[in-house]
Amino acid sequence: MNSIYEIIGGILILVGSIFLFLGGLGILRMPDVYNRMQAGTKATTLGAMSVILGVGIAQLGTDWTWMVKLTIIIIFIAYSNPISSHALARAMYRRKRYPIITSTDPNMDAYREVSENEKMEESK
Amino acid sequence: MIYILYIAMVLLLVGMLFAVVRFVIGPTAGDRTVALDTLTTIMVAGLVLLSAVFDRFIYVDVALVYGVLGFIGVIVIARYLEGAL
Repeated sequence: MNSIYEIIGGILILVGSIFLFLGGLGILRMPDVYNRMQAGTKATTLGAMSVILGVGIAQLGTDWTWMVKLTIIIIFIAYSNPISSHALARAMYRRKRYPIITSTDPNMDAYREVSENEKMEESK
Repeated sequence: MIYILYIAMVLLLVGMLFAVVRFVIGPTAGDRTVALDTLTTIMVAGLVLLSAVFDRFIYVDVALVYGVLGFIGVIVIARYLEGAL
């Protein structure tokens, strides 16, 4: 007989694991290093926080001390993941890896010209 | 409840497999580092799930230490790629 804590925790664990799977898929699928960073950092942050919160809620009926340490892990993930992705994005920008712009939207023309000019200046 | 944990671990395993493929075939060092960051975050969630499967509270500490070490490793590699180290 499942308690209400296990039902809520199981739903949170399933949603979080689907988000983690989509994060891994985005890492494989996306064409550019910035797109991969976008897919691989935000989705896995939400997915990991949801999975850990779900485990804590599922154990809440039997032992409440799980929730304390799992809350510490959630807080740590919430501040460490944006810091690491920001450091990576800054390193890639300073190594002159510009985003690949494949959109045909005319609003993107200005960015495309800036990107190509900087590439030409780099190759000189 | 235990079947939900098994389904979640299979999903995490497939996501980690995709990230490992990107880690192997990544064209530049930045792609490999992004894949390593994603692997670390998925692995922390997987270790917490493992501690729930085995019902051992002490395994949560392993997830916490793994998260700290993976974060520091990614920061150090990013600073090295930037040229600041």
